[in-house]
Amino acid sequence: MLGGGVTKIGEHWSKSLRDLFVEAAFKALEDSNLELKNIEAIYIGNMSSGELQGQEHLGSLMATWLGIPGVAAVKVEAACASGGAVFHQAYLAVASGLYDCVLVGGVEKMTDAVVHDVTAALVMADDAEYTAFTGASFVGLNAIVYRYYMEKYHVKQEDIALFSVHDHKYASNNPYAQYPFQVTLEKVLSSPLVADPIRLLECSPIGDGAAALILCSEKFARENGIRPGVEVAASALATDTISLMDREDLTTLTATVKAARKAYKMARIEPQDVDVMEVHDAFTILGVIHLEDLGFAEKGSGWKLVKEGEIEKDAKIPTNLSGGLKARGHPVGATGVYQVYEIYQQLTGIAPNQVEKAEIGLAQSVGGVGGTVVVNILQRVR
Amino acid sequence: MKPSKSTGILGYGVYIPIYRIKSEEIARIWGRSKTAVPIQEKSVPGLDEDSITFAVEASKNAIQRAGISPEEIEAVYVGSESPPYAVKPTATVVAEALGISPRLIAIDMEFACRAGTTAMQSIIGLVASDMVKYGLAIGTDTAQGRPRDELEYTAAAGAAAFIIAPYSPDNIAYIEGSYSYVTDTTDFWRRDGEVYPRHAYRFTGEPAYFHHIYEAARGLMGELGLKSSDFDYAVFHQPNVKFPVRIAKRLGFSMDKIKDGLLSNIIGNTYAASSMLGLAAVLDVAKPGERILVVSFGSGAGSDAFSIIVQDAIEEKRQLAPLVKDYIEKKKYIDYAIYVRYRGKIRMR
Amino acid sequence: MMVSTPSVPRVWRERIIKYRLIGSRCTNCGKISYPPRKACPRCGSVNLEKISLPKRGKVLSYTVIRAPPRAYLKYSPYIVALIELENGAKILAQLTDVEPEEVKSGMIVEAVFRRYREQGEDGIIEYGIKFRPPIT
Repeated sequence: MLGGGVTKIGEHWSKSLRDLFVEAAFKALEDSNLELKNIEAIYIGNMSSGELQGQEHLGSLMATWLGIPGVAAVKVEAACASGGAVFHQAYLAVASGLYDCVLVGGVEKMTDAVVHDVTAALVMADDAEYTAFTGASFVGLNAIVYRYYMEKYHVKQEDIALFSVHDHKYASNNPYAQYPFQVTLEKVLSSPLVADPIRLLECSPIGDGAAALILCSEKFARENGIRPGVEVAASALATDTISLMDREDLTTLTATVKAARKAYKMARIEPQDVDVMEVHDAFTILGVIHLEDLGFAEKGSGWKLVKEGEIEKDAKIPTNLSGGLKARGHPVGATGVYQVYEIYQQLTGIAPNQVEKAEIGLAQSVGGVGGTVVVNILQRVR
Repeated sequence: MKPSKSTGILGYGVYIPIYRIKSEEIARIWGRSKTAVPIQEKSVPGLDEDSITFAVEASKNAIQRAGISPEEIEAVYVGSESPPYAVKPTATVVAEALGISPRLIAIDMEFACRAGTTAMQSIIGLVASDMVKYGLAIGTDTAQGRPRDELEYTAAAGAAAFIIAPYSPDNIAYIEGSYSYVTDTTDFWRRDGEVYPRHAYRFTGEPAYFHHIYEAARGLMGELGLKSSDFDYAVFHQPNVKFPVRIAKRLGFSMDKIKDGLLSNIIGNTYAASSMLGLAAVLDVAKPGERILVVSFGSGAGSDAFSIIVQDAIEEKRQLAPLVKDYIEKKKYIDYAIYVRYRGKIRMR
Repeated sequence: MMVSTPSVPRVWRERIIKYRLIGSRCTNCGKISYPPRKACPRCGSVNLEKISLPKRGKVLSYTVIRAPPRAYLKYSPYIVALIELENGAKILAQLTDVEPEEVKSGMIVEAVFRRYREQGEDGIIEYGIKFRPPIT
């Protein structure tokens, strides 16, 4: 990885979908010390440009807007995992040898639409005909998992809701976070219900943002006299059934288990070798479940890691030091790329909440309620 | 009116929504004395219900009691004055929701509160002529009550479905005969495009309700050579409590004979389902061999009268689906604010 | 832009499955799915037969939707549940005729035919199966 750039996440009334992408892209180029002419392909992750912006064909659009029409360019979509998935595709492009230097980014423009329409767009991550038809919202589907988890493992909501407090604590140091301030557990638990039992302050917010990275081959780095500090150790993508109706165990995202297993194997590591993580906590319950599915806790015990402080910056598995989806923000298709950028920051020593001697970092991006999971692992180049 | 071949009722089913609003609550809003109300409480459809969903549920129950495969039903006639579509039939949704095959005579009918019994009359003709094997006649309504009007206290919601079959010992009842009496009498009407119907106040009494029910009942009894004492039960259309009680007396029926089929005090006027629900309530308790008089009334105006004799099969078939009282007893009270929300009377645009 | 483009054919195509709760059973491994599949989600076999699903089940988990997608605003708030039918098949559906406080995981519910949504004020009505506590 040569460099990256991100926009602040928030309600960017004055910036369009293309404005955001271009902003992040130029920051990434500058950070990498490269020029547009170095880019051979552009990969754009996005979920809802069609539904909320009436815009498809982002490949050609962004190539045009960046001033390099002619390069290969394409949109990659995997619902809320579009960011992780587009990174996976970009990695494949370079690893295959077909391209030597690519721009990979994610962008989402959500705030032009009002909440009722954003809600309708987000539930497209699940089965339109048989799930969305029931009137379920995406929050509602996660709420069904949340309640089932609490009842199966006898866990209290207050212990799961802690994940939100954790995220906000670290976001308060993150200059581009959407909500850079702390919240108390009381505030989280007394916030309005969105879909019982999930409360407003347990949900990732709606916001706009774009993140971009430059990926290159070893050959390109050599030929250009660059000595990159960070390399991709693994990138794995797995799917699960799109809908909860087919799941055997509601409390496990088997796509996480599969993608993680593949990724650990590819990187030749065990979970305990991971020094820092960004997990896809669209809702507090997911944060807890991811800790389990990624191999850091037994099923039903992930919440203990949070409660006992094991995911703090100086603890065993520092997690979501960017503020996570809840507080850094979740511009849906961009989030997966933000996460990789945050791991890159940790491995190059420039993170706002820096973990000491971070060598290996993991970013997990989830689409739907685990319909797609991407696990990307970066490591410092030795 | 006796067909050349006899027919009977093979199965019956009902549906009443769970919500109720008390008349005293409606009276509270309009500043009326809570003793000056025609009934105690009425049924209200939920937000996700309409006369189509009612018809499906009532028919499901009828098929359950009949013990036949839905594919054997070859006619579906639905009577309603509140279909969710002004143009697009209810009958087809009912047919496909229940697995009734496309080889089907299906139609929606309209004649105010007698639309369901007129559906029964028509199905009797189809079955008796051997044109179809089994026919399903449904009365279903989610009546709209004009705010502050007298009828707001009683305009209610419900459905009843009857499967008519050729005479057979497997039937739960035998249809001895029927009689229809119809004149052009405009006691209650709704012009196209209007939301609420209008009525002619006291004119809806003697020249409308009483005249037609009386003539239909006497006509039926005359043709069948029967007297009121030959009947064990009488069920009349029930727009309130006073009217059916008065016509019963005039025709020579004691309160005892009408009480089992008189539901309006606690569910209101279910319009096309009204007399049919009353018949179902009687079938829920009647004994084999007992004779039931049913006379509907639909504004516009007309009455259908039936003489029905209960058969042995009622004893075991009755239990195969929920009884009228099961639906009546499952209830949840709402206030006027929730009522106007549910009935779509709030201007949202 | 129109979120979820209104369509008559889409609704018409799915109506039997939704009206009558039709699922499929894999003749190879026995897994029962709703909606009916072309390939078994468990073993991948294409030998599937359509079956009529049981109309009773129990609530595995549920939520109350208080921030609905636009098409369901009129009905909000409402309850969406994951229900396990008597033959083991799982289905997502709304619960109706019941208050959120009355719902408990494990409670028995039965199928009823209800309205789910409309395609605008003048578009078609989409019906389907919801569940409620049994009448008897």
